[in-house]
Amino acid sequence: MTKTVQSVERAAAVLRLLGGGQGHLGCVEVANSLGLAKGTAHGLLRTLQHVGFVEQDAAGRYLLGPALGELGDVRVDPNVLRSAALNWTDALAARSGAVVRLGVLDAGEVLVATHCFRPGDPARTLDVGTHRPAHACALGKVLLAYSAGAAATVLARPLTSYTRRTCTDRRGLAQALDGVRRTGWAVETEELAMGTAGIAAPVRAPGGLTVAAVGIAGDLDQLCESTRAPRAHLLALVADTARAITRELAAA
Amino acid sequence: VQRYVAAVDQGTTSTRCILFDASGRLVSVAQAEHAQHYPRPGWVEHDAEEIWRNVTRVVPEALAQAGAAPAQVAAIGIANQRETTVVWDRATGRPVGHAVVWQDTRTSGLVQTLAGDEGPDRFRDRCGLPLAPYFAGPRLTWLLDHTKGLRARAERGEVLFGTMETWLVWNLTGGPDGGVHVTDVTNASRTMLMGIDSLQWDDTLLDAMGVPRAMLPEIRSSSEVYGEATTVLPGTPIAAALGDQQAALFGQTCFAPGEAKCTYGTGSFLLLNTGTETVRSSHGLLTTVGYKLGDEPAHYALEGSIAVTGSLVQWFRDGLGLISSAPEIETLARTVEDNGGCYIVPAFAGLFAPHWRSEARGVIVGLTSYVTKGHLARAVLEAVAWQTREVVDAMDADSGLRLTSLRVDGGMTADHLLMQTLADVLDVPVVRPMVRETVSLGAAYAAGLAVGYWPDLEGLRRNWHRAGQWLPEMDPERRAQEYDNWSRAVARTLDWVRPGSPEDGD
Repeated sequence: MTKTVQSVERAAAVLRLLGGGQGHLGCVEVANSLGLAKGTAHGLLRTLQHVGFVEQDAAGRYLLGPALGELGDVRVDPNVLRSAALNWTDALAARSGAVVRLGVLDAGEVLVATHCFRPGDPARTLDVGTHRPAHACALGKVLLAYSAGAAATVLARPLTSYTRRTCTDRRGLAQALDGVRRTGWAVETEELAMGTAGIAAPVRAPGGLTVAAVGIAGDLDQLCESTRAPRAHLLALVADTARAITRELAAA
Repeated sequence: VQRYVAAVDQGTTSTRCILFDASGRLVSVAQAEHAQHYPRPGWVEHDAEEIWRNVTRVVPEALAQAGAAPAQVAAIGIANQRETTVVWDRATGRPVGHAVVWQDTRTSGLVQTLAGDEGPDRFRDRCGLPLAPYFAGPRLTWLLDHTKGLRARAERGEVLFGTMETWLVWNLTGGPDGGVHVTDVTNASRTMLMGIDSLQWDDTLLDAMGVPRAMLPEIRSSSEVYGEATTVLPGTPIAAALGDQQAALFGQTCFAPGEAKCTYGTGSFLLLNTGTETVRSSHGLLTTVGYKLGDEPAHYALEGSIAVTGSLVQWFRDGLGLISSAPEIETLARTVEDNGGCYIVPAFAGLFAPHWRSEARGVIVGLTSYVTKGHLARAVLEAVAWQTREVVDAMDADSGLRLTSLRVDGGMTADHLLMQTLADVLDVPVVRPMVRETVSLGAAYAAGLAVGYWPDLEGLRRNWHRAGQWLPEMDPERRAQEYDNWSRAVARTLDWVRPGSPEDGD
């Protein structure tokens, strides 16, 4: 058996103890019950509180926190994401000269949370709140690559074809998602519409969960080289933006 | 070699330096916060020397971030918190005390005395402003009245007065050693000491407020070279200064009469360009200088402030605890289709423009057992929109200029439901620019124009790009119905505080 991690075992013991129906417990009680030094117990409780698994009552005693009941729900409120990302998504649009979107997973599709017009674009309407097929756009491929559950759901149903370049083959899509995990970014070339392309990168919550993807979209020859590889300076802008929003979420 | 324009935004809580490139794109940002001093209830002060030190830090930091050499900066432009008042010793450069901040209400008694029998509009014809604790002139009077020996020193020209841009330009150009003592016309238009038509210090106003002319800076345009920096960026021309809201108007490229912007923050400020003629308001709006470029005629603006906007969402979060972060209000509001018949009028400290009823207090009306927290969230966002509509209607009535679109900036523009509601109730497109830092951009634009970095206003307009837009979708009949409901809700806030009660500030 692989060596186990002691602090994870201790954290599990703290949660079992607090869930044991003995009411709210103080730090000393937790330490005494588990045979831990008070400092160790305090560190465990503070960390569990930070991730939302434990909370404190008005008297400072500990109990199980609300996040434990929401373990299956890793979604971050799209409106909170948009607000945190606004400065960075605007800057990405200004610097790349391309349309910017930030998307989250919603029932196996990409829900658009942020949309910035391309500079100089006479566009009229924002497509925030609309859905895009996850397997056929760069944002979706990023989100699927880092969400095994959603990827399984999408791979279990027929993959709709939008152009002759849409990946409708399950093995092909699984390989593409492997590629995204390897490189840390996704590209889409004429898979949703002919003549267009997209580049996207993951936005992560503290701890590493991918909660959103941010990317640019535009004409194929604007975004990509003739080899269909993304232009390096645009890829760097997208990756920098994703990292900046990740930092913003960690600071919030 | 790439050249930039540096904007210094000297704000209420922090001082920032932002570098912009020729396309008007943000290149780097450096920021430093300064302390807020609250020596007594209602008093708010800043240490002007701390703010100056922060300027000397953030400018080099912004350059370092961009990897730019000082010689690459074509000009410096300043945008500043308005109406904040500082007096300093000409020989030593030391302030005689803390700067008195625009939020400070210590002059409320003084402005009532000044108003006398003629009321708060005593000087409105002359300076465009009503007597209120908000403006810089009475603040200077207060300092002259309450600092021992200060008026005599002021008369001898030993101490100087300025708003924050004056203080920064003087220090940048040498301070005690030849510092240039100037104010820009937009900042001067917030003192109550300048004639709004003459654009000069007005003897009647100076006499009424007991301010010696010898301590006043020279009034200059918003866009011209005031002098060269002798420190921080030696040799770089200081080429613009504007009050922050006027800078945002300029940064949003509202250059034509009828163009308007609204900045949505804790409170919100709506400014409408009224062209080269002044418009006197009969609805309690302020007449102010929008900008003045070199020798060209000044462009004026009507200004309406909406006291409770972002702070209403903060109250919803902190006071009611119905959400845990401000952006969640949109999520909550979208759990329902409409307001469920519920209206919130946030007259937390009375009603401001265009009603001006200090005895009013906030109400939530239309409550039934059907109303949920989702409906309340809708009512909060709608309150921000309807308050904007009231100010827009007042501007329309005063100026005869009908708004064709509203340019928005500020943190609340991330709320798409609010932006859509705004377009619906105003019945005009609401447009968000790509560069959110419109205050700094406006200062950079004015500075860049003065030194030829940008050729003309048309060039600046081409730099302006939409990042988002919301079009009106509301049925006109429903809009009229909702406006009527809102107006009836507003009527229910009136006459709440009884005259003579402890809450009665008058």
